[in-house]
Amino acid sequence: MQRNLPAGPRPKDVYFFATCLVDLFCPEAGMDAIQLLEREGITVHFPENQTCCGQPAYTSGYADEARAVAKAQLDLFPENWPVVVPSGSCAGMMRHHYPKLFAEDPMLKAKAENLAERVFELSEFLLKVLNVKWKDSGKPTKVTLHTSCSARREMGTHLHARELLAQLDGVEVLQQSHESECCGFGGTFSVRQPAISGAMASDKADALKETGADAFLSADGGCLMNINGTLEKRRDSFRGQHLASFLWERTGGSGGKNGKGEKA
Amino acid sequence: MTTQPMQFVPGSEFKRRAAEVVANPFLRKSFRGAMDFLIAKRAAQFPDPELLERQRTLAEEIRRYSLSRLPALLEQLEANLVKNGVKVHWAENPDEANAIILGICRQHDARLMVKGKSMVSEEVELNHAMDAAGIEALESDMGEYIVQLAGEKPSHIIMPAIHKTKQDIAKLFAEKVPGVSYTEDVDALIQVGRDVLRKKFMDADIGLSGVNFAVAETGSLCLVENEGNGRMCTTVPNVHIAITGIEKVVEKLEHVVPLYGLLTRSATGQAITTYFNVITGPRREGEKDGPREMHLVLVDNGRTQAYADEQLRQTLQCIRCGACMNHCPVYTRIGGHAYGTTYPGPIGEIISPHMMGLAATHVLPGASTLCGACGEVCPVKIPIPDLLIRLREEATHEAKPGHAPLVGQGAGKTTFASLAFKGFAFLYSRPALYRLFAWGATRFRFLTPSNQAGWTATRTPLKPAAKSLRDLLAERRIDERKSC
Ligand code: SF4
Repeated sequence: MQRNLPAGPRPKDVYFFATCLVDLFCPEAGMDAIQLLEREGITVHFPENQTCCGQPAYTSGYADEARAVAKAQLDLFPENWPVVVPSGSCAGMMRHHYPKLFAEDPMLKAKAENLAERVFELSEFLLKVLNVKWKDSGKPTKVTLHTSCSARREMGTHLHARELLAQLDGVEVLQQSHESECCGFGGTFSVRQPAISGAMASDKADALKETGADAFLSADGGCLMNINGTLEKRRDSFRGQHLASFLWERTGGSGGKNGKGEKA
Repeated sequence: MTTQPMQFVPGSEFKRRAAEVVANPFLRKSFRGAMDFLIAKRAAQFPDPELLERQRTLAEEIRRYSLSRLPALLEQLEANLVKNGVKVHWAENPDEANAIILGICRQHDARLMVKGKSMVSEEVELNHAMDAAGIEALESDMGEYIVQLAGEKPSHIIMPAIHKTKQDIAKLFAEKVPGVSYTEDVDALIQVGRDVLRKKFMDADIGLSGVNFAVAETGSLCLVENEGNGRMCTTVPNVHIAITGIEKVVEKLEHVVPLYGLLTRSATGQAITTYFNVITGPRREGEKDGPREMHLVLVDNGRTQAYADEQLRQTLQCIRCGACMNHCPVYTRIGGHAYGTTYPGPIGEIISPHMMGLAATHVLPGASTLCGACGEVCPVKIPIPDLLIRLREEATHEAKPGHAPLVGQGAGKTTFASLAFKGFAFLYSRPALYRLFAWGATRFRFLTPSNQAGWTATRTPLKPAAKSLRDLLAERRIDERKSC
């Protein structure tokens, strides 16, 4: 699971694959992720033709449909630049499942493998490739972290968010019970088995809230929608925030036009 | 004493049963506590993740190697068992297995069979068949005994009565065992069971057991247990019948050691069990104990279907430790009975379709978030999530050209889902169309329905943002140009 990281100088350019969830449901998080990268002096390229990694079809057993969608992404990243993805499960899809999906087509398989090698989850890229060193500029706060199952078991990046947060002096990270347990989202599972999914989401929301944190953080859009939607339905004011947004806010933004601080 | 025959489990049934358990806070708490306990016990046995990884790799290799030579190993096993004086029987399905065992019972005019724990005997509904033939089949494993007394099925492959509390058991014994009064003292309860069973061992005509590992090279059957009842069943009655699945064979005795070490640690967090029986034939001349006659029934029941496919074959690596259940967040919420299969939890989701066909089980591979906890703990590294995805595909599609269809192939196909995913593929493989869709979805977000099928049962509706990331980026580009 732990990967060999590219040797050599810091990349100057990266592609950003936003994922369909971030594009439509939490675009602010995508913007904050892009700005975190740009502040490190990186040019972020956003291929306009990107749509979705194809995961919903793939995990539901519709491999042909997943392949059609995945195929439409394969040519969007022609330069040999890293592809940064602000979501563990979509990164996992591209990194681990794309090569399998095209196993029977040598041309596409080669492309898929090349792409898979270049895919990084955002926190992994910030920490392991860019070696970011940050200074905290926010008020003391307590947070707790929900790491997605893909981050934990597919990407091996569940400790990275923790390490990034450890750089922030004013941020205390509280430990939730059953941390490694799934939040119950599971893509189409959440609508196919609503009772089980709802129970899992509810238990996860409890565990996060019981830490006494001011908010919880996650690097996965699906988990965030699931847990936040559950809390909102309960009329609970406790909420989760995308890790990228939290990191951007805490480290003062860029002071540029689109910094969160300025917009607020 | 009877147990109910296996319940058919169509999709709506699973959903209903799961919802029932989920709505019961008492059961939820009890399952959670039991699973937390087992998870902690296992974790304590594996303090060194690297060592565990090496052990799992070795165990996986052994299981893969054994399966790669399965036909030859089965022949070798049979030859050596016969040499040791064991009669070997082959059963393609549950009916055949039951008929074979019934035949042996009839030969001996048997009235009473004592049983050690055997999931394959549950799989073929042996108790039911014995009951129908007027033969008493008595479970002697404490958990199985409790479940049998209650007229239920096991809810876990290692801990069959894990769904029962101390109070449930106290009540059950007081009601069903003559002369026993209500007590919640666990030792006293166990003693009740022991007293009943002890006498039955002496009276039984037949002892039945499962098999954890069958060793081809020596013709030995290995039996892992904690209560000593397995040893009683396999030594006291005059006839011992062992029953197991055809995948349980390994080539050499030395292959058993690493598997055994992982099995007990993964299952109950024990470094070793109280009893480990290696049975190599019936009583020999001059020996003072042991059965005079011994049989092995090797059951297929869908295993060759899994075997025939390279990927699905991995299902047969399983050593039935139950760790995948203990770590499964879905099993933890709903317990074993909701699945309606002999094997619940993740292993049940991948093996039941071969045993019962996809028509009855197509919903099960979908009963998972694919969180991966099962695959992470599986001591023989079965990639359970990948197999779940594969079975989801087989359940909703015709067989691929050149592939033999699975039993019940395509039974879970619905027009709605097929169309939905066709639509998904159409939209998301056409960037221009998707951009138009995203444009509309954000502008017309007020039209988002407030009732979104299962999603909104426990969550607020999903609503697109007012501006997509593309919109935000486009605005930024305009801003930048303006400020130049
Ligand atoms: S699938 Fe793996 S974890 Fe589950 S019972 Fe079998 S061996 Fe154990």
